[in-house]
Amino acid sequence: MEDAFDLVVIGAGPGGYVAAIRAAQLGLKTAIIDKNATLGGTCLNIGCIPSKALLQSSELYWELTQHAAEHGITCKEASYDLETIMQRKQKVVKSLVDGVAAIVKRHGIVSFRGTARFTGDPHAVEVVGEQTQTVKGKYFILATGSDSIPLPFIPFDEKHVVSSTGALDLPQVPKRMVVVGAGVIGVELASVYARLGSQVTIVEMLDRICPLNDRGITRLLQQALKKQGISFHLSAKVASAAQTTQGVSLQVEAGEEHFTLECEVLLVAIGRRPYTQGLGLESIGIEADKKGFIPINHSFQTAVPHIFAIGDLVDGPMLAHKASEEGIAVAELAAGHKPAPINYLAIPNVVYTSPELAAVGLTEEEAKSEGFDLLIGSYPIKGNARARCAGDDEGAVKLVADKASGRLLGMHILCKHASEMIEEGVLAIQKKCTLEDVINASHAHPTYTEAIHEAALQALGRVIHL
Amino acid sequence: MKSEIKVPPMGESITEATIGAIFKQSGSGVKPDEELLEIETDKVNQVLYAPQGGALNLTVKTGDVVQIGQSIGWVETDAKAEAPEQPKPSAPSSGSENEKPQERPTEVQAPAPAAKKEETQASQPSVRMPKEEFLADIRKKPAEETPAVPKKTPTATPKIETARQETRKPMTKIRKVIAQRLVESQQNSAMLTTFNECDMSQVISLREKYKETFSKHWDVKLGFMSFFVKAVVSGLKEFPQFNSYIDGEEIVHREYFDIGIAVGSERGLVVPVVRDCERLSFHEIEQAIEKYGQQARGGGLSADDLKGGGFTITNGGVYGSLLSTPIINPPQCGILGLHKIMKRPIAVDDKVVIAPMMYLALSYDHRIVDGREAVLFLVHIKNCIEDPTRLLLEI
Repeated sequence: MEDAFDLVVIGAGPGGYVAAIRAAQLGLKTAIIDKNATLGGTCLNIGCIPSKALLQSSELYWELTQHAAEHGITCKEASYDLETIMQRKQKVVKSLVDGVAAIVKRHGIVSFRGTARFTGDPHAVEVVGEQTQTVKGKYFILATGSDSIPLPFIPFDEKHVVSSTGALDLPQVPKRMVVVGAGVIGVELASVYARLGSQVTIVEMLDRICPLNDRGITRLLQQALKKQGISFHLSAKVASAAQTTQGVSLQVEAGEEHFTLECEVLLVAIGRRPYTQGLGLESIGIEADKKGFIPINHSFQTAVPHIFAIGDLVDGPMLAHKASEEGIAVAELAAGHKPAPINYLAIPNVVYTSPELAAVGLTEEEAKSEGFDLLIGSYPIKGNARARCAGDDEGAVKLVADKASGRLLGMHILCKHASEMIEEGVLAIQKKCTLEDVINASHAHPTYTEAIHEAALQALGRVIHL
Repeated sequence: MKSEIKVPPMGESITEATIGAIFKQSGSGVKPDEELLEIETDKVNQVLYAPQGGALNLTVKTGDVVQIGQSIGWVETDAKAEAPEQPKPSAPSSGSENEKPQERPTEVQAPAPAAKKEETQASQPSVRMPKEEFLADIRKKPAEETPAVPKKTPTATPKIETARQETRKPMTKIRKVIAQRLVESQQNSAMLTTFNECDMSQVISLREKYKETFSKHWDVKLGFMSFFVKAVVSGLKEFPQFNSYIDGEEIVHREYFDIGIAVGSERGLVVPVVRDCERLSFHEIEQAIEKYGQQARGGGLSADDLKGGGFTITNGGVYGSLLSTPIINPPQCGILGLHKIMKRPIAVDDKVVIAPMMYLALSYDHRIVDGREAVLFLVHIKNCIEDPTRLLLEI
């Protein structure tokens, strides 16, 4: 039986392990519990990291086969070996996961492997692993993340009916792939397999892809993805699905139309839900809401004040960096500090398709419904010098600002390096910058970021390079 | 959780009031102590502040006549609409482990994350910044307090001329109220000021002698204000006209001694009222003033703290004023102005000595108080200060 820890973190994903490291930095005696053999949670093991590795490999193949000729480079027999791609992905995952484990160990954080469960005492969890141990703590952070939501009528078998987890580890590139759900995960994984030669069809219930993002920008992304061979059925619902000898057959309803789709692999990417199974929260009086989220107050406290919840377990964007920020805030609270407030309007989100979509702040629609009079600035990537050198002509930058004050409310970028460019928008929004501030900041030439500069100028009617 | 908003008492004879300008509409999110609306009576206007942060629900509109004590709405302190909370000065901060599960957390009252090191802060600041807070300062209606953004047109104006510009800033609500009341005070009363000076040596030497012991014993500093408050109470007992006000055709005398002490805050001058001063000892007066000072700076003064008051003391000396003519706080009929203590030569027993002198100013309403009483009242205060033993002996 251990002495009580100052902080016990349940779940070692980007929320949990970052919280633990911060807590250790602040001098708290910290424990971290995870049911998996490796730390890093969904993000490192079966989420962000492996998907980005596959996106990178598949993008390289796509560039070689589609664009090398423009540059006078011949890649006659370019081919790929899926097994190598997957092994490379595993190597990347392992290196990061090992890295996290080393950092955790170096900070003196005690790791427990097993499933954690409360059994009535709110200051102790039972950890069921190879052995069963009791871990006591003064403060707890619930950071058990989320898992994929299946279609109600057909469960995951991770072979033909896959969640993102199975999709990241397919033994072969399916001839035909149907992706249900056109959110971030759906379009990213669709891209991977489309580039590797799969015939990919996306079925989405709403009338647009990436529904959380700006409508104008997502429309452009859809056009780009269509050029990559992906077909779309929007405003379409999957009514039923069944396994066949080859794979899966689906019945799709789109308005009046009913049709069948056949595929070798069905990827279900309709969303994720908080994962609290086996935690025993009812035994200590913590109840999840209807959707499975844990209710918390403005300081991340659950119904039991010394137990906090962060990341995908609580409301807000289901993003790794959001979980990390929340984890750091809670670690600081537990150490008696006053953390900087987390501004959810300044948390960026990225879709790693090609071109990438990155956004921070309010979309044009959201800003309008908040009652703001807007200045909109946009600039097409086609006009950008650096993009021209690279042979890119897809994408745009869109800025949304408050007319009266010029304050930047949202930045939306669709282009090759959007994920890196968006940080300018994050800082600008966080620091309450105006369009003028963006204009008065020098942007190196030639870079993609000049498109941001030009979009700001365009909002004020002074665009130069258009 | 609903936090009710009621029409506060606004004066002894006021039984009803009219709803004036409404600054925050029903349904909007409000922060604690944010200005909500104005209540009007013929004598006094008062701004009502939000008792808590949350979603505002008003059951009245501009022009409605309401009774004192009537509920005119509430603030829904729900987690969703909750604006960040201000630190409350007296919430429990010890005992972090709260074993029994609480109900749905909507309020951040749980003191838990105070660590082993003694954390003085009372309640949790909001770590999850609500969207409204972030967008609040660009939602401002022009009449709200903003750091002035000079109106520029979006297109670049040629800045060739030098900056011979004027900038405009709308008056804040509180500035408008202050302006109105000051003018009202001057127009409705026959106000003039009488001056005197007092030698602070006795008080200063008393403080020097006992300040250590005092602050050790009572955990508060011994300032000058407690002496002046006591002197004023003594004066008010001798000259009860100063503790009165005009109501219609009658002069109403207060049997209790509530004295307002003017303190500066970012919002401007506010005058919280120390209640029942005749019953308070020196340390109790100092503690009350210190608490008000903190609240004024921290924004924790409530409307209740500011109302009532039979007499006011204001101290321009902290800013360096040597002499001034303070304006009376209606419906009071007197205000004592303290000033800077400055060493200067005076004549004592036909010799020139250097003494720490303070000019005293007493502005008074001649409708109630005659010149003779005003002068004598001020002399009485001067005597009490120059010889504090008089306060002990009550002479």
